[in-house]
Amino acid sequence: MMPINARITKIVDETPSTKTFFLDLTLDSKSGQFVMAWIRGVDEIPMSLSYPNAITVQKVGDATSALFKLKKGDSIGVRGPIGNGFTLSGKSILLIAGGVGAAPLAPLAEAARDEKIRVKTLLGAKTGDELLFVKRFRGAGEIQTATDDGSKGHKGPVTGLLDELDLQDYDQIYSCGPEKMMGKVLEMAKDENMVPKTQFSLQRYIKCGMGICGTCCIDPSGLRVCVDGPVFSGDILVDSEFGRYARDASGRKMKL
Amino acid sequence: MDLTIDLSGLKLKNPTILAAGILGTSAASLKRVAQHGAGAVVTKSIGASPREGHPGPVLVKTERGFLNAMGLPNPSYHEFVRELETVKGDVPVIASIFGSNAKEFEEVALGLSKARPDAFELNLSCPHAKGYGATLGTDPLKVKEIIKSVKSVVDVPVWAKLPPVANIVELGLAAQEGGADAVVVINTIPAMGIDIESGCPILGNKVGGLSGAAIKPVALRCVYELCATLSIDVIGVGGISTWKDAVEFIMAGASAVEIGSAVHDDINVFRNVSKGITQFLEKRQCSLEDIRGVAQK
Ligand SMILES: Cc1cc2nc3c(=O)[nH]c(=O)nc-3n(C[C@H](O)[C@H](O)[C@H](O)COP(=O)(O)OP(=O)(O)OC[C@H]3O[C@@H](n4cnc5c(N)ncnc54)[C@H](O)[C@@H]3O)c2cc1C
Ligand SMILES: Cc1cc2nc3c(=O)[nH]c(=O)nc-3n(C[C@H](O)[C@H](O)[C@H](O)COP(=O)(O)O)c2cc1C
Repeated sequence: MMPINARITKIVDETPSTKTFFLDLTLDSKSGQFVMAWIRGVDEIPMSLSYPNAITVQKVGDATSALFKLKKGDSIGVRGPIGNGFTLSGKSILLIAGGVGAAPLAPLAEAARDEKIRVKTLLGAKTGDELLFVKRFRGAGEIQTATDDGSKGHKGPVTGLLDELDLQDYDQIYSCGPEKMMGKVLEMAKDENMVPKTQFSLQRYIKCGMGICGTCCIDPSGLRVCVDGPVFSGDILVDSEFGRYARDASGRKMKL
Repeated sequence: MDLTIDLSGLKLKNPTILAAGILGTSAASLKRVAQHGAGAVVTKSIGASPREGHPGPVLVKTERGFLNAMGLPNPSYHEFVRELETVKGDVPVIASIFGSNAKEFEEVALGLSKARPDAFELNLSCPHAKGYGATLGTDPLKVKEIIKSVKSVVDVPVWAKLPPVANIVELGLAAQEGGADAVVVINTIPAMGIDIESGCPILGNKVGGLSGAAIKPVALRCVYELCATLSIDVIGVGGISTWKDAVEFIMAGASAVEIGSAVHDDINVFRNVSKGITQFLEKRQCSLEDIRGVAQK
């Protein structure tokens, strides 16, 4: 697949660190799928589709900073949609999002609502103004928030909100965010014998996005995050590298 | 039908091998490919120090083949040796290594020897990493020198992976004289693409290498000419995705084939190729040996 030229039609400031870039290109996609976004002359990086025609980007380094400098009318290259995406199932679902992990979960919440599935979202961020897509999650169902500094909602990690819930009330649990947080969700699901009903979207260093180079393979299954994922059932992640380590661009293991 | 082969002293249950740089960065990934039917697996090319590789795009699929410029990303032998130790299992594991000179090749080979790989494949052919690969591999004197020094420090078979050049036989002979136990041809062919919307080269590194179906005829010619002259095993690689492709290479004289880009369409390609070869041989009531090199006659 060659990159397709996509012009930026609108830029929305979502939080102090994230912006949504709307493109003149609507992809026939499933929530949880991603694209490889090529910022010409800089790099090509994986980005979830936060809408069928948009990506929501947190500024963290070279490529994302270069993307932030682009204006309406500028263009990027796009390859995708890539990956498996989330699978909707059941009548009542729980979403647990941390930071920019809300990007692939917001369209999932809306797709679930459209199918009359009851949606509850637990949304976490460092601070209140970093909470992403609050309105979209609220529009799709119920939402509870948590912030590290306590500026909005529960003070502490978003997983703290799980203590007050009965996981058994949900047919399926979806999570995307920092891996430490997702690791905690998997732990709690284990205690409740809910592991087969969980789906996690993983972030790993992705280079080719075509299942060829092997950069994003996870231990011990050897599955490729780019094409076999990025969404994996908790069953596959139990007793894996998940929550413990990941490999960097060179393939060296880094503790999470 | 028995597809087992003896390849430079290694026993393979079938002649399909995972090519270097494809799904070869971790033990788990190499094992998964073995579980999908590969007769042996080659690791990502490993060097003396960690490299992050070139900026993206590093790989694109064009209408005519894949263009890549990964830039030899690897964790270095210091780290990879632990990975290699755990690959051990059902199929032979070949460590692909690279260096900028004979000394560095030696260093990497020694470093990885602790994990006891079944063989080494010397990357003398990557087209897009300055100072490595094809920079050395197009010079017959360097090819011979590098193989000789690696052979002097390891006690397992050494394969030389060569670039697709017009005078491939000259390189093959240099490898054989250096003591190589097999030659592997070909690596990707220097190539590029341009994004006409922006006028930018499509690869982050601007130029890279072509792989996939487009390069099969080029690889086949190299195999054919090497098999006519060399006495060591020749392993064919380039554009193989079906059993028919593999049979062509074997008829040209190849002892085995490596498969890379085709994992994109199906990671089961190894099993499917073996199955197809088996059916072909059964129908003809002959063995792998019977068809090997028939095109040479
Ligand atoms: C499937 C998937 C979906 C993603 N979706 C989003 C999203 O919707 N919004 C968002 O803001 N971010 C998302 N990310 C993360 C995003 O890809 C990285 O933040 C981005 O690549 C950083 O690039 P950089 O050059 O700005 O940062 P760098 O300076 O290169 O690095 C900053 C950090 O980003 C990570 N990173 C860098 N390059 C890559 C890469 N090619 N693949 C994976 N991680 C990388 C590194 O681990 C590093 O720690 C997603 C990642 C994956 C794997
Ligand atoms: C993404 C990618 C990475 C590669 N990395 C290496 C490498 O590290 N070392 C090497 O010797 N060859 C490398 N190659 C070349 C392949 O091993 C193989 O020679 C070439 O791709 C032709 O085979 P194919 O058409 O089956 O892919 C790479 C090829 C690709 C596409």
